[in-house]
Amino acid sequence: MALIHNFVFQGAQMLLVLLLAPLLTGFVRKVKARLLRRRGPPLVQPYRDLARLLRKDVVLAGNASWLFRVIPYLVFAATWVAASLVPTFRSGLMFSWTADLIALIALLGSARFFLALAGMDVGTGFGGIGASREVMIASLAEPAMMMIVFAIALIAGSTQLSTMAAFMNSPEVGLRVSLGLGLIALIIVAIAENARVPVDNPATHLELTMVHEAMVLEYSGRHLALIELATFLKLLLYVSLIACLFAPWGIGAATADPAELAFGVVSYTAKLAAGGFLLALFETAIAKMRVFRVPEFLGAALMLALLATLLRFVSRSF
Amino acid sequence: MVIDSLYAVAALLVLAPAAIALSASPAGRPVVYGVSLALSLVLVAAAAVSLVGGQQSNAVLPLGLPWLGAHFRIDALSAFFLIVVNLGAAAASLFAFGYGKHEEFPGRVLPFYPAYLAAMNLVLLSADAFSFLVSWEFMSLSSWALVVAHHRERDNMRAGYVYLLMAGFGTLALLFAFGLMAGAGGDYVFDAMRATPPTAGLAALVLILALVGAGSKAGLVPLHAWLPLAHPAAPSHVSALMSGVMTKVAVYGFIRIVFDLAGAPAWWWSMPVIVAGAVTAAMGVLYALMQRDLKRVLAYSTIENIGIVFVALGLALAFKANAMTFAAALAMTAALLHVLNHSLFKSLLFCGAGAVLASTGERDLEKLGGLIHRMPQTAFVFLVGCAAISALPPLNGFVSEWLAFQAILVSPQLSSWGLKLMIPAAGALLALSAALAGACFVRVYGIAFLGRPRSDAAGFAQETERVSIVAMGLLAAVCLALGILPGFAIDVLAPVTQLVAGARMPVQSGVEWLSIVPIVESRSSYNGLLVFLFMAASGMIGAYGIHRLASDKIRRGAIWDCGFPDASPVTQYSGDSFAQPIRRVFGSLVFRAREVGEMPPPNSTLPARFAAIVHDPVWDTLYEPLNGFISFATEKLNVLQFLTIRRYLSLVFAALVILLLVLAAWP
Repeated sequence: MALIHNFVFQGAQMLLVLLLAPLLTGFVRKVKARLLRRRGPPLVQPYRDLARLLRKDVVLAGNASWLFRVIPYLVFAATWVAASLVPTFRSGLMFSWTADLIALIALLGSARFFLALAGMDVGTGFGGIGASREVMIASLAEPAMMMIVFAIALIAGSTQLSTMAAFMNSPEVGLRVSLGLGLIALIIVAIAENARVPVDNPATHLELTMVHEAMVLEYSGRHLALIELATFLKLLLYVSLIACLFAPWGIGAATADPAELAFGVVSYTAKLAAGGFLLALFETAIAKMRVFRVPEFLGAALMLALLATLLRFVSRSF
Repeated sequence: MVIDSLYAVAALLVLAPAAIALSASPAGRPVVYGVSLALSLVLVAAAAVSLVGGQQSNAVLPLGLPWLGAHFRIDALSAFFLIVVNLGAAAASLFAFGYGKHEEFPGRVLPFYPAYLAAMNLVLLSADAFSFLVSWEFMSLSSWALVVAHHRERDNMRAGYVYLLMAGFGTLALLFAFGLMAGAGGDYVFDAMRATPPTAGLAALVLILALVGAGSKAGLVPLHAWLPLAHPAAPSHVSALMSGVMTKVAVYGFIRIVFDLAGAPAWWWSMPVIVAGAVTAAMGVLYALMQRDLKRVLAYSTIENIGIVFVALGLALAFKANAMTFAAALAMTAALLHVLNHSLFKSLLFCGAGAVLASTGERDLEKLGGLIHRMPQTAFVFLVGCAAISALPPLNGFVSEWLAFQAILVSPQLSSWGLKLMIPAAGALLALSAALAGACFVRVYGIAFLGRPRSDAAGFAQETERVSIVAMGLLAAVCLALGILPGFAIDVLAPVTQLVAGARMPVQSGVEWLSIVPIVESRSSYNGLLVFLFMAASGMIGAYGIHRLASDKIRRGAIWDCGFPDASPVTQYSGDSFAQPIRRVFGSLVFRAREVGEMPPPNSTLPARFAAIVHDPVWDTLYEPLNGFISFATEKLNVLQFLTIRRYLSLVFAALVILLLVLAAWP
């Protein structure tokens, strides 16, 4: 019985993240537009875009290989699995022990690995430039993320997201220097990983300044829809991750009753909205960086996270 | 079991001279590789029986030193490494069934190949210092012969020369290490050394000598200089053995000396090991990113992986010295599992590089491209290898890195302050090298197999032989199997960690859903099987749903490239340009990398030139000055060649007086 119960909740979460992800992106775009005193597209525009892309034929470059056609599904699958393992409205997911936070980051790494390969498949200048810059950014963002995981795991005594969230919700956490450093670093990494301003601009049409968009330039139709959906899911994942680690209030325990679960869903939606709003605010307030300033930005995250880990190694009270 | 293994090794040794005769006819090649394959499988079976059965077996043969005999033994440690070596050897032999056809001078390869396999097995079977060192040197020499098999190719003789020098230096260090452990009694059997461990001061020297001796063979920075020269120079199936397997024999030597023979570790022993490992991991992968030669990229990536293994070994030493045996078992398992994993995917990748080399004649990345169309099967298995070595779940490379990270997360409980500060830094370097390895293999695969062909050789490449693909496919299948069912491998490793680390990891076979749980489930767990099934299921649901409900049509068109496609394949991203961002971020610090652009003056028809200048810090700061000093010294000592007899006699007399004085002053 408990097994079926858990299974249902796991399935519910998988559907929830899939359905909410385009909405979050639509919301961020809307807020950004309003901050610029534009009206902006409607909130549901990303759903419409996806539906339109799914209906269209795929136009493949003449020399695209089988790998190019498989990669959208791989990227989508890896990102979806990762997103459905982060506790959102209820912890104690059935498969939360399948992959801990380190494995989750590695799953996102797999998605990036294959997406970068897709950028190089057709053999164009833009695809190559996107792939090569993407791996450069990843080569700094991934170790920074790993150090953040170390710092938080050493505080919570676990790399298991459910256990971490439960610990962060308990009164024994308190204010800690290393947590603060970790939060700043995590936000920087999240911005870089999601190709947001100031690292990359998701809305630009000047190809030389793009990283992510240049990589997926050759995709069209349903393939592009899947990659877009994976991008939406990744943004949702990072907001959920920050919420789960640093604002775990309202996440229902495995034994939660329906009222608590309803509260969990409401609070999760509120957290997503807050995260989306802050992201839009931040993106509006800042200009995009030159590509070779990005390493300094990410290097700062790496150093902060390393400092947080070092503090935890030196003393248990930081 | 040890007797059976020795028979198999003896058969390999007999095969070596027989291969001289066999190599004259084309029918000889399958015989040599077939017998090698069969004997490797026999050795795998013998080692597996010893490892699972948990029994030791000894043998003393009347060989070697007169009246003392040569001692051989299989215990859990050597059994595990025998499995690693002979699995790699079996795969390489199977691959060579097809690949060997392209060999121009089979007479230069076939006789040394079984001898080399026998030598590696003998190192692992030896149970006394004399046979160990003789086998070690035999291993170096037989592989040297294979490195210079194509001696007319550019730089191969230099590679062989540097290899021979460094191998001799490494053996010298090991000789001293064993000499110190044998002590005044001079008992050279491992059992006797284990029974009387050296004093603390001597043990420290032994550690350093083992790190230098085994490390130079394994490729620890800065002793790695020979490795990227020698490994690519050999025929590709031998490269696979050298990189995938022989470096593991060196790791075995280190574990045998430091964990087994040198007695209880002191608290600081782990520090040089972790530092060397972390620096090696980061430097190795950065070097790999700067290379244009496909096989050299793989050789540098071996250096990186050896670094990871040594970091895990250092952690195991630290935990062992602090009596945290459960953590020592965890770190040791991570190291050993990475040894096994690396031997599999590196053999796979070198075989893939061999297939590319055989069908295009090119190792230069900038002349490859588009091979996924011409060699689809090789491209697929090579992709599996790239994903595994980049530590992507659900493949095997990720499992061992995950275990290493879990071991790092236990280390705040260590008491020493030096370690508390050093281990997080090492962890950061490990994470950095993992990320850079991903970048490196995106580059290798993207440039060599994807895109458009950059030369005619790549454009008209043919798929490699069926049997070679089978060999690579088997390696890829084992990579996947170990990735989704790592619990079995961890359980099999238990007797090894029990022997060298004093404890074993919790039993994994009873865990629900075949997860792996290093300590307790609330702390951390990973399930490769479910990750794999989950990804497969969600990918298939997505594909099925979309094809069924939305569109499944495909049209082929021209390349889009934002409306400005260029027909020339030269306009693609090249390997150098792919590495440029990383070269700018890390290379300016590590390699003093500079980019020099040269624009012709106006109205000139000269081409504009661009060059990226990369320095090798190890050659520049260590080997070049050493080389300079030796040249200087020989120049000065040259005078001694042209003295009169009177001067020579006075020199001899002076030497005699000095020696007598030393003897008189000796306490």
